[in-house]
Amino acid sequence: MDDKVLLQVQNLHKYFHVKGMKGPGVQAVENVSFAIKKGETLGLVGESGCGKTTLGRTILRLHEPTKGQIIYDGKTIYDSGNLEIAELDANGNQVLDKDGKPLTKKSKKIAVDMLPYRRKMQIIFQDPSASLDPRMTVGEIIGEAIDIHKLTRSKTERLEMIKSLLSDVGLNTEHANRFPHEFSGGQQQRVGIARALAVKPEFIVCDEPISALDVSIQSQIVNMLEDMQNELGLTFLFIAHDLSVVRHISNRIGVMYLGALVELGESYELNKHPLHPYTKTLLSAVPVPDPEKSRARQRIVLEGDIPSPMNPPTGCRFHTRCPYAKPICKEAIPEFKEYDKGHWAACHILD
Amino acid sequence: MNNINENKLLEIKDLRVSFFTPAGEVKAVAGISYDLGYGEVMGIVGESGSGKSVEAYSIMGLLQSPGEIIGGSITFEGEDVLAYSDNQMVDFRGNKVAMIFQNPMTCLNPVYTIGNQLTEALRAHNKDISAADAHKKAVEMLELVGINNIEKRMKQYPHEFSGGMRQRVMIAMGLICSPKLLIADEPTTALDVTIQAQILELMKDLQKKTKMGIIFITHNLGVVAEICDKVSVMYAGRIVEQGSVNDIFYKPAHPYTLGLLRSMPRVDAEEYERLIPIEGTPVDMCCPPEGCLFAPRCESCMQICLKKSPPYVELGDGHRSACWLRVQENMNNKEEQANG
Repeated sequence: MDDKVLLQVQNLHKYFHVKGMKGPGVQAVENVSFAIKKGETLGLVGESGCGKTTLGRTILRLHEPTKGQIIYDGKTIYDSGNLEIAELDANGNQVLDKDGKPLTKKSKKIAVDMLPYRRKMQIIFQDPSASLDPRMTVGEIIGEAIDIHKLTRSKTERLEMIKSLLSDVGLNTEHANRFPHEFSGGQQQRVGIARALAVKPEFIVCDEPISALDVSIQSQIVNMLEDMQNELGLTFLFIAHDLSVVRHISNRIGVMYLGALVELGESYELNKHPLHPYTKTLLSAVPVPDPEKSRARQRIVLEGDIPSPMNPPTGCRFHTRCPYAKPICKEAIPEFKEYDKGHWAACHILD
Repeated sequence: MNNINENKLLEIKDLRVSFFTPAGEVKAVAGISYDLGYGEVMGIVGESGSGKSVEAYSIMGLLQSPGEIIGGSITFEGEDVLAYSDNQMVDFRGNKVAMIFQNPMTCLNPVYTIGNQLTEALRAHNKDISAADAHKKAVEMLELVGINNIEKRMKQYPHEFSGGMRQRVMIAMGLICSPKLLIADEPTTALDVTIQAQILELMKDLQKKTKMGIIFITHNLGVVAEICDKVSVMYAGRIVEQGSVNDIFYKPAHPYTLGLLRSMPRVDAEEYERLIPIEGTPVDMCCPPEGCLFAPRCESCMQICLKKSPPYVELGDGHRSACWLRVQENMNNKEEQANG
């Protein structure tokens, strides 16, 4: 892992318009900013409906962002225009003026053609059986990506590539002629991974790649993803709701609640010293596979359910369920600030 | 030894369930035995396809064709459940044993209100109860499972409830006839961790209050560690290891149990440790291999494992494991004793 920033997301918003409704609609992603370094794994956790999948897809522009900026490898691939953005140098650090204040500029609207970037940015989906076309053989599924990007010159070369991809993900080469339904869930997920790797990407969004799999298979896939990352120098955005898996695989973890990023930090640091009350409850809710420890510990149980993203609470979005909520939490949106080195959080109580 | 049945709520002996499919007989449950005392919580752990749900369905008499119970016995409070007539079965289901399912959305009727469905469960089992009494009881149950604003909630439909709230309604519906045994089939798998924590707290609380026995089916070992007294680990239709929750977690005696425990990242780990997965894929139940069904994936597989199915070895205090390694250990111990 080097210090070069591969992907930078600035003030990203994604709203889904709801027919017949006034207002912005479903506010799925609200003002999210972060950067991922080359070779790093950034984990994203949160409850269902917190917008983590939408964020992953918006970064790849499978959903068009509503507002914000996405920079991949130094090139802006999306900018909604007219944003007040900090000027950054090549390393992603803020440029300061004479008085030491960060410089800002107005951005121009940019929306590049994504086809060349699809070779660099790929995605692995959650449900392996739903994301593979049932009427295509595994060879066709993997070959399609090779054809679209014209990666091989001859048919034999193409076949060789498919075979080598299959063996890379631990499948037999003769599996290329089979259909997805002939595989188990774990094998189907391996096909999904082979398809993502077919274009030799640099960055992969892993959208809950192991949630649909059995416990004994999950660790196989996790180990495989780790090996691939070491061999190919991949960068991952790893989305999952299982904190123990995310902590295991990630260098840093971002915690999302109702569309907003509430905490971001080094994964073991975040687990040991969580700052945001939501992160604390999330950590205490994870069942520990150790009878004595799990019975001895005190758990923070949240009241109620996650509010609707169509009509999110004012101020801090977590205040309706937060055990430490103060009057200010209802009124002002907390700023996303760096409290420790590399450990960011958005909470009024920390001030 | 005659009164042994009186202390036991449920006793299952050598239960065998097969599905007769066009591709041949699938032995979904191949001879499992366990017992459950009053107020005990038993966890059944296994991968998908290991037969844990089929086993629960057979207790409830909900097995559907082509599934058939082909052997063994199910004894509930000393009575043979398999000999029940259809009418007796209706009385047994709901009144004595209730079940909650994995997906609360598909298990609630979308076109009836919650209040309607709760009182229906009650009135189906108790013909004499008046509508007003049934309503009162339903309100009590919703209060017990922690639902606010009950009178309004009673008039609402399932789609107006969130996933966690629906699961609470399912639990209320299961408990409304005060059953002695509750079978929970992956009740928290479809829920978020924070909601899962709420439901687990609720179930622990209710279990203390009502003293009912619970069979908790799950694949999440963390949940088992938290809520269960006893654990049965199932693999390919058999219980491969059985014991108290401490036995299973601290002294696992079957390679599969050990493999499951090692393959999970621990939330309390201090630093990065590479996971040790169980290699291979689960058994194809249409044509299972000979011998121990776990042998093809087992790292300590021996010659005998591929030929003969291992017997149970008692390890004390109800802890038993079906593995040839333990058989061998036992034989070695006996030899040592004979020599020494």
